Amino acid sequence: MKAIRILSRGIRDAFKSVIRNFSLSTAAITCSSITLILVAVAMIISYNVNHITNDLEKELTIVVYLKQTCAEEQKEEFKNKLEMMKNNNVEEYKYKSKDEWKLEMKEYSDTFSTALDYLDTNPLLDSVTIYVKDVNLLKETTDEIKQLDYVESADYGEGMAENLVKVFDIIEKVTIIIVLALVLVTAFLIGNTIRLTIFSRRNEIEIMRLVGASNTSIRLPFLFEGLFLGILGSIIPILITVYGYVLLYDHFNGYLFTQIIRLTEPFNFILNVSGILLVIGAIIGMFGSYHAVRKYLKI
Amino acid sequence: MELIEIKNCYKVYNNGVTAIADLNLKIDKGEFVFVIGASGSGKSTLIKMLYREEKPTNGSVFVGGINVAKLRNAKVFKLRRKLGIVFQDFKLLPKLTVFENVAFALESIGIQKKEIRPKVIKALENVGLKDKMRSFPNQLSGGEQQRVCIARAMVNEPKLLICDEPTGNLDPDISKEIVDILDKINKESGTTIIMATHDRDIVNKMKKRVLLLQNGVLVSDDKKGSYKVHEGN
Ligand SMILES: Nc1ncnc2c1ncn2[C@@H]1O[C@H](COP(=O)(O)OP(=O)(O)OP(=O)(O)O)[C@@H](O)[C@H]1O
Ligand SMILES: [Mg+2]
Repeated sequence: MKAIRILSRGIRDAFKSVIRNFSLSTAAITCSSITLILVAVAMIISYNVNHITNDLEKELTIVVYLKQTCAEEQKEEFKNKLEMMKNNNVEEYKYKSKDEWKLEMKEYSDTFSTALDYLDTNPLLDSVTIYVKDVNLLKETTDEIKQLDYVESADYGEGMAENLVKVFDIIEKVTIIIVLALVLVTAFLIGNTIRLTIFSRRNEIEIMRLVGASNTSIRLPFLFEGLFLGILGSIIPILITVYGYVLLYDHFNGYLFTQIIRLTEPFNFILNVSGILLVIGAIIGMFGSYHAVRKYLKI
Repeated sequence: MELIEIKNCYKVYNNGVTAIADLNLKIDKGEFVFVIGASGSGKSTLIKMLYREEKPTNGSVFVGGINVAKLRNAKVFKLRRKLGIVFQDFKLLPKLTVFENVAFALESIGIQKKEIRPKVIKALENVGLKDKMRSFPNQLSGGEQQRVCIARAMVNEPKLLICDEPTGNLDPDISKEIVDILDKINKESGTTIIMATHDRDIVNKMKKRVLLLQNGVLVSDDKKGSYKVHEGN
């Protein structure tokens, strides 16, 4: 019961203080709103880009043709090697022998079928399609395979797709750095607001100490104040996320620019993002106020 | 049984000043004790050690069975709930009414709302200020403000009331009023009262136990003491 009274008193004082220090509170809330909007945008982009790159990465394969002269043992050797490479970058591979190719081609067209029947030997090559784990290592893996002397050729879809993945990667990293910097600035601003509250309430704090208020009950209002500032700062970003994303999704019919880039369905995606924004706001607020209380509230 | 027991107590401030030296002292429950001495003799230091605003450098200070010297910061509030403190400069919150100022003390220690009101009104009645409970501190005289402070200090019914020059800012007549209130509290509720003061007239009139400090040393402890001429103020 006593704990609940102390808690509710802490919440009440924190509320009063947010309103009393209106201009400072507004500054802190604005800053945390801006930060969280950026976090939201970053999360939305990053999630969708991940989505896209996952799709793209599935398309990125290495196609290997083995030499006509390649003996059966060498083919086995190659398969063994690929099995071993599963510990590295090889995710999966599909082997297709020249006979399978021949059958497929015969089915495909009658002309091929008759032409191939005239030949004694099969002029086609055995092929292996390799799916990789990390597209950033695509080139290295391809080069490694090229070096084998029974390999005729090894190629991957160089160009656009790979570059796109790289660009997204850089964008993601830059966003993370910016967001981290902004989080720090926000925590600092909230901490500063709390510092001024502590200062403006120093007489109250002194009396509370003298009459025997516990340290927890003295600190609590300030921690709550930080929490409130953080949570209040997440309201606008959440509204923007919810309405903005649905609008964006509807406007583009779920696709961005081209059919390749497919947007994530708004539900439950925006709910998750909103939840995360609220939690991040609360954590930044608590962090800022905890720091200020530690530093400036000497008890 | 003694409420306060101080043994071989020293207080040396960081700047090297020895404010209290080898103090040994016992104060019983229900006593009324004046602490006198020239400016800088260590009165406030002694008082501050009693409510653990300062820690003794050496020795022990027992208040209600708690050794203040060993009390951890996080536990100080338990000591403070057992005592009331009154200062020369009142320390009232200007934006709160008289009632709210007294209630603030109880709210701060988590007392239930419905218990607060009767306690506050009783405390204000005891200092004769019930009819001013809706006033703000700046609408009161100095004497009235000090009475609010006494009400605030007494509202939780502590066993010990500590006063550091409570009449320091007041006219002689008003000072006498304040001390009479303290005397009444002492007699009616048996609250132990320790009061540091410069006020020669009051000490002489009250005929209570008087502790005299000189440069941090307790030089006399007189059961029915008075201010002597050579002691100065
Ligand atoms: N926080 C402090 N740091 C350093 N020295 C201090 C501190 N507080 C008091 N002193 C010194 O300790 C000595 C005793 O001071 P104290 O305040 O206890 O005296 P006092 O008897 O209350 O004086 P007054 O009658 O003027 O209030 C003085 O020499 C003072 O300068
Ligand atoms: Mg003093």
